[in-house]
Amino acid sequence: MGVSASSTVLAAAFTQTSNGEAVAFWILGPIALAAALLMVISKSAVHSALWLVLTMFCLAAFYFIQDAPFLGVVQIIVYTGAIMVLFLFVLMLVGVDSSESLVETLRGQRVTAILLGIGFAGLLVFPLGAAVSHTTAQGLTDVNAEGNVQAIARLLFTNYVWAFEVTSALLIVAAVGAMVLAHRERAARPTQRELSIARIRGAHPSPLPGPGIVAHHDSVDTPALLPDGSIAELSLSRTPPADEGGTTPELPQNVGGR
Amino acid sequence: MNPSNYLLLSALLFTVGAVGVLVRRNAIVVFMCVELMLNAVNLTLVTFSRIRGTLDGQIIAFFVMVVAAAEVVVGLAIIVTIFRTRQSASVDDANLLKY
Repeated sequence: MGVSASSTVLAAAFTQTSNGEAVAFWILGPIALAAALLMVISKSAVHSALWLVLTMFCLAAFYFIQDAPFLGVVQIIVYTGAIMVLFLFVLMLVGVDSSESLVETLRGQRVTAILLGIGFAGLLVFPLGAAVSHTTAQGLTDVNAEGNVQAIARLLFTNYVWAFEVTSALLIVAAVGAMVLAHRERAARPTQRELSIARIRGAHPSPLPGPGIVAHHDSVDTPALLPDGSIAELSLSRTPPADEGGTTPELPQNVGGR
Repeated sequence: MNPSNYLLLSALLFTVGAVGVLVRRNAIVVFMCVELMLNAVNLTLVTFSRIRGTLDGQIIAFFVMVVAAAEVVVGLAIIVTIFRTRQSASVDDANLLKY
């Protein structure tokens, strides 16, 4: 933004950016940081994803400001466009209400992690900030003279062409791997004929008794029950001897469960 | 404003992402925090590219984006597979290599 305004001047090294860039930084930087914090804090995973989208938009703006328009566009298309939509898809697949468990497997892990994070940030920001606070930036105006995309393409297809080719292998492996991992072999549904054959050869050729019928047996050697649950003597068959065929009438299991 | 302020901002973003990875339990949110860390590093690379005055940093940031995209695809497929077998997306539940 500010730097490209002075592109007619030969690319001089600078230690201070333009005022416009400073204003953009001090507006977008806190927004990006706050959105990142809210992403970590917010309970709902969908809200986290949306806060992350905001952070990524701010970063894309920073790329534009810092003379990297190609990366800015790629950031918006690939990250906020593709990756975050993929995240939201998986969130919907897994279930939005997959709530966070508050049980700590390691005791005091959260407090320790936050303290370590604060310490890490202090360690990173203060000494590093003191070390690089007077950096002289070379700027990219003369490198980007023929256009950022053209300059990146020139590098990508000369110095980095081998890495670029390997990247294609990586992408193919990732795509195949995702398909292998997420694909589930679905068993073929049995046809109607297979179902009928299985039923005729199975234990119940006839339809099962309808609901509400509590008798365990429907054969003639099952004794009838009197209203008080005892066996009606009249219904017992006397023809086979009692000690031969084991015709001692057995009581139905749920007597009286009428 | 000195251009190195971008480095400090990206250090803070990286820290937020690292703390998120350590604190959160939902595997998808942990994954988003990893993405935030990758983005912070990308901002560092772009800023260094500008400070150095060469485009190599931007090329590396581009490759980081490619690798991040591949990583997201495979990682989310793993999360979906774990969710199918365990009915949970919490990183604490997946503590066995089988079942």
